Amino acid sequence: MLRLERQPQDSRLMAWCSPLLAIALTLAAGALLFAVLGHKPLESLYEFFLGGVKDIYSVGELGVKVTPILLCAVGLVLCYRANVWNIGAEGQFIAGALCAGMAALAGLDIDTPWYAVVIMLAGMLGGMIWAGIAAWLKTHFACNEILTTIMLNYVAYNLLQYGVHGPLKDPQGFNFPESAMFNDNHLLPVILEGTRLHGGILIAAVAVIAVVLLLRYTHLGFKITVLGRDASAATFAGFGSKQLTWIVLLACGGLAGLAGAGEVDGPIGQLTPYISSGYGYAAIIVVFLGRQQPVGAVLASILLGLTYLGGETSQIKLGLPVSLTELFQGMLLFFLLACDLFIGYRLRWIPRVHPA
Amino acid sequence: MTPLLEVRHITKEYPGCRANDRVNLCIDMGEIHALLGENGAGKSTLMKIIYGVVQPDEGELLWRGMPVNIKGPAHARQLGIGMVFQHFSLFDTLSVLENILLSLPAHEARDRLRVLRQLDDMGKRYGMHLDPHRPVSTLSTGERQRVELIRALLNEPQLLILDEPTSVLTPQECEGLFASLRKLAADGCSILFISHKLQEVKDLCQRATILRGGCVVDELDPRETDIDTMAARMVGSGTATHATTRPGVQGEAAISVHHLTLPGFSSHEVGVRDVSFTAYKGEILGIAGVAGNGQACMLRALSGEQLSQSDDVRIGARGIGRLNPAQRRKLGMAVVPEDRLGRGAVPDMTLVENALLTAADQGLVKKGVIQHGALRDWTSQLCKLFKVKTAGIDAQARSLSGGNLQKFIIGREVLQQPAVLVASHPTWGVDIGSAVAIREALLTLRDQGCAVIILSEDLDELFEISDRMTALCHGQLAPIKARQDTSVEEVGRWMGGDFSDTPPAAESSAIAAATAAHSDLPQENRHAQA
Repeated sequence: MLRLERQPQDSRLMAWCSPLLAIALTLAAGALLFAVLGHKPLESLYEFFLGGVKDIYSVGELGVKVTPILLCAVGLVLCYRANVWNIGAEGQFIAGALCAGMAALAGLDIDTPWYAVVIMLAGMLGGMIWAGIAAWLKTHFACNEILTTIMLNYVAYNLLQYGVHGPLKDPQGFNFPESAMFNDNHLLPVILEGTRLHGGILIAAVAVIAVVLLLRYTHLGFKITVLGRDASAATFAGFGSKQLTWIVLLACGGLAGLAGAGEVDGPIGQLTPYISSGYGYAAIIVVFLGRQQPVGAVLASILLGLTYLGGETSQIKLGLPVSLTELFQGMLLFFLLACDLFIGYRLRWIPRVHPA
Repeated sequence: MTPLLEVRHITKEYPGCRANDRVNLCIDMGEIHALLGENGAGKSTLMKIIYGVVQPDEGELLWRGMPVNIKGPAHARQLGIGMVFQHFSLFDTLSVLENILLSLPAHEARDRLRVLRQLDDMGKRYGMHLDPHRPVSTLSTGERQRVELIRALLNEPQLLILDEPTSVLTPQECEGLFASLRKLAADGCSILFISHKLQEVKDLCQRATILRGGCVVDELDPRETDIDTMAARMVGSGTATHATTRPGVQGEAAISVHHLTLPGFSSHEVGVRDVSFTAYKGEILGIAGVAGNGQACMLRALSGEQLSQSDDVRIGARGIGRLNPAQRRKLGMAVVPEDRLGRGAVPDMTLVENALLTAADQGLVKKGVIQHGALRDWTSQLCKLFKVKTAGIDAQARSLSGGNLQKFIIGREVLQQPAVLVASHPTWGVDIGSAVAIREALLTLRDQGCAVIILSEDLDELFEISDRMTALCHGQLAPIKARQDTSVEEVGRWMGGDFSDTPPAAESSAIAAATAAHSDLPQENRHAQA
């Protein structure tokens, strides 16, 4: 019979192969799915993942999707490194977007492009406050951050709904649940002519570099890693776990807030009920797929960005629902978690022993 | 006469190591036979082979002259082989009787009265009294061991294997155990006694087989061999077996604890109660005690992992009770915890990273930036000075053997030139060669004016290097005496909870007096003397 055996040491090879294997399995399962739905499997797969990227405009579109995912993911890398299981990047993203939106609406008449900085900072602050609530609950009342951050996601979502259906609704908007359009002058500048790719991607790039440097060269980064790998060693060395928990959650909240602010003050240009397409959740997959490394997260967020584009393309070209995106993301996480089992364990065939 | 058990040319190989290499062992009827060896010498493997847990690759076992193939522990028990493991397998919430009934076959367990009678007989015969209705959670470690022993004896074994039975006992409790074992042997039961404490082996055993690196290197009569010779056989020739003991020069107070009372981390862990002491510069203060008597709590209180009132712990005149470990390190404190992997070192981090864990203040971090070059140099120097055997400084901590990792951790703390060093079990599970090196390092540090506090179960070690001694029992601290003014017997009594200052002649009255104060432990002593 087959038996699962603990390996004496974790397999490093498998740790790196697991994401590739998961991607392969996702593609295989996707092909099967397309076949069952009556589409040509390989062509549909090609259409889903690469059909959307054929010109400079669509590369820009990919960048637009990658930006918020990557910003959230980089923050989550810090949290997960420290064993702080923040599932709330989505809520922090929305809180950031909401605060940025309020700042943008409050300053509609201010006539300088630099007001964008205020809007972005407001978004960052919003995300930090949202993550700070979870940090406070964890450090003062030992509340499990997984539960608090998930619940705060719903609170943030409903606050946004309240805002756009109530106080933030555009008075001239024919009663649509949307805010007024922001001042065009205040939007993040487009950095690639002919696309919607905006300055947010530069912020994301800076964030990636900062986190790489933090983890590799600073004592703070080392403390975060130690806390995650071995909490009692961190206590023994006097790395305050409460302080570190605050730091990683605030950092993640700030980055997710920036992501949210970049969305509303960039491609969307106003507050609507649907400002996030689950970027905060997609970022969780990205961090696991990228092996909790900032550079890995860059590659993984491009892949996840493709699933967003693919959802839209297949809706148009294959007549399949846009929830294909979530389906592929779900399969990816599912296969990844399954493959990750084999980092620590291996399968062995053990011949059945017949009692003599 | 046919020996009871003969082990012939047993070989057992594990990936990467030959645990037993053509081992021969012969146990006569009614003999107390010692199996000696350092950690990793192959004692446990041999014992597991005899008890049927592991099958040998080669060689054979002869039981009463007949070849046998022991298929498993159940088969071993059927043959008449009993075993008491180092770690007990008792249910805390059940009574002594219930724990014993659980280990019996169903048809025997039904007859409670008969089992009770057997328990009573056994208690009388071997001096192992136990109230069968007491819950195991209220028993001391020595009494728990007695339950395990009785469980094995109910099976009427002809060969009883004891795996390091004294590692959890006070000297007085050991005496009680030895008295029982001698009676057992006189009744014809052979005993295989596994230990690395040579004095005990000399006191108890008639024959000793010494294992080193999986091979039998000698078989001798411990009663006629002196301890140093046995130690030399165990570790191989040319290895020093003792640190050169020398007295320290006591300086001014370095660290002091004032009426410290703290709870343990869980309801099962003993805290400390009203503990006061001062450790001076240039001395080693040895705190003896059986693990589980507040040592863990004491270490955390000193290291800063558990906070207290500010003035409860002081460095010089400054209260440090509210400072965290990193802040205390800045004041010159260094700590060696009892757990190496998962506290003293992060298992899957490299030695370089593990050096940074506590040594950041050695100029290895500047303005929050890790000085990678300096850090690597410091780590290399540490490994060289303390002879840490490793594939390189980028090896994971988990890849080091216990002794090597301990050398690394001690070295990391010692190299920081601390003003105060607190070390728990500094040589636990370390081979003799490394242990000597570690003790030398501690003595050198002391000579440089550091105050060293050692919490240990190993009395031999404490008497070898301490300048002053005390003990912890039930979270309370015994009196502190200079080493030359106390004795193993007295420290043993402290470890058992008897802190009265009486000469050994009046010991029985002291125990009677202590019985009034403490309910469970002195009972131990009474039994021990019975």
